[in-house]
Amino acid sequence: MKLSPIAKRPLLPTGLRLLNWSLGAWTALVFLFLYLPIAVLVFYSFNTSKLNVVWEGFTFKWYAALAENTPLLGALKNSLIIATIATILSVLIGTVGAWLLHRYRYRFARSIQTLVCIPMIMPEIVMGISLLILFTVSQLELGFTTVILAHVTFCFPFVLVAVQARLHGLDPALEEAALDLGATPLKAFLLVIMPCLLPAVISGGLMAFTLSLDEYIITVFTNGLESRTLPQEVFGLARKGLNPMLNALSAVFIVTTVAFVIFSEYLRRLAAR
Amino acid sequence: MQTLPSANAENPHARRPGLAGWLLLAPMVVWLLLFVVAPMAILLVYSFCTRDDLGRVVFSFTWSNYARVFEPIYLQVLGRSVLYAGITTAICLALGFPVGWFIARQRAVVRNRLLLLVMIPFWTSFLIRTYAWISILKSEGLLNATLLAARVIPEPLEMLYTPAAVMVGLVYAYLPFMILPVYGSAEKLDNALVDAAHDLGAGPVRAFSEVIIPLTWPGITAGILLVFVPAIGMFAITDLMGGAKVAMIGNVIQSQFTKARNWPFGAALGIVFTLLFVLTYLGLQWRARRARS
Repeated sequence: MKLSPIAKRPLLPTGLRLLNWSLGAWTALVFLFLYLPIAVLVFYSFNTSKLNVVWEGFTFKWYAALAENTPLLGALKNSLIIATIATILSVLIGTVGAWLLHRYRYRFARSIQTLVCIPMIMPEIVMGISLLILFTVSQLELGFTTVILAHVTFCFPFVLVAVQARLHGLDPALEEAALDLGATPLKAFLLVIMPCLLPAVISGGLMAFTLSLDEYIITVFTNGLESRTLPQEVFGLARKGLNPMLNALSAVFIVTTVAFVIFSEYLRRLAAR
Repeated sequence: MQTLPSANAENPHARRPGLAGWLLLAPMVVWLLLFVVAPMAILLVYSFCTRDDLGRVVFSFTWSNYARVFEPIYLQVLGRSVLYAGITTAICLALGFPVGWFIARQRAVVRNRLLLLVMIPFWTSFLIRTYAWISILKSEGLLNATLLAARVIPEPLEMLYTPAAVMVGLVYAYLPFMILPVYGSAEKLDNALVDAAHDLGAGPVRAFSEVIIPLTWPGITAGILLVFVPAIGMFAITDLMGGAKVAMIGNVIQSQFTKARNWPFGAALGIVFTLLFVLTYLGLQWRARRARS
């Protein structure tokens, strides 16, 4: 081995390579930890045995049972209704809010921005109980309305921030050019700005939809009996113990999540172009 | 701590809003005032109220709810919650930091693939992921069955409904929330700075403690905030994996609003929790400012 002055540096290249190698191994182990339980869950959803310990044979019967379970399907329907309405409202408020905060120099702009960020970082349980008290004081009956109000409150800031990130990369002269060419501010927004923001709006909307669909803690406090959501139903089942039907449901959830993540990654790349 | 993004620092074309500008923004501001500010204010008011024998709230001004928070039994729960959340955060940091760092050091293609692998558990419902561990740890679950079959243990161990199970559940739920922000700031870090540290003779340990940690501190603090605070209040995982044995502050708050029907006391606990959150936030911010100077 040749000893150049550079090679005399204290074990730098070898040290780094070893470090890099062990970091890679560590990462692989952490991924194993993250994925093994999910894989086990999906694997046993195809098992004939009710106890997911011994493999007895391949079956789809738990998926069939899932499709016939009325409480679960009802909860799924409620969840989809709530998530859809919450997403539409969040996208509206979030997109318009991001655009206005970008276009105008408001007084208190910083305070408004801070206020927007609070629902994103506030402990969920505190938000849940404070909204429960608000709804009780204002004598709103707990149900679809109250859950949707609660969900929009923590969903729209995520849309707003996603759109804001996109706006930062936008040519500020774009709107001015449209206005100079005779467009009204509304037309300029809808025909020039909106198409540029669309990837961010959609990925923000997807985020809001998933957040609403998965939310359990805030939902527990703000929901009534007749609008029980899927996470509430899942919690009830998981609490009772092992249930292969829950494995099947989990597998459906996981496949949906994978599709969602890949789709939003695709959108993100579209937006980054 | 990352400063909040300033609304339009990069838009030189931004102008003063007219009446229309304010009217358009009004719905959002009113929404936030109605559903974020007002509820917190009412929560604060409630925390000073009392309740009658039927559980109805009676308006009054008393510190008794707060005095009750400091009774030994609740202090113990509070301490346990902070301890568990702290251990969870430490484990997440130890497991997640090298991962976030490693992903950030890869070529763009590999990096995006690995990031996708973090996003999938991140977006998968935490209830589903908790159930995965229930099916593994339950006395008739996979781990016990495997150990029994291998004759390692003579009879099933009680693994679920223990503090360790709660910790596993919390770490499993929150690990992606640590990896992603660490990755975020590690990715921004210039490789040349680490190389420069090595060139100037810093060993791996010194390079790590004096270059890497300070420069990734924003990501670390964001991760701590995203794991520590929710973990304190998380009652669903502690309920599912700890049974009734491991009560945390979240469980106590929840039961005040359901079974116990003592909303004023629940509100006081909520306010204390919020203060804890604000203190953590300010503490991290203060630490970040000191690290920067």
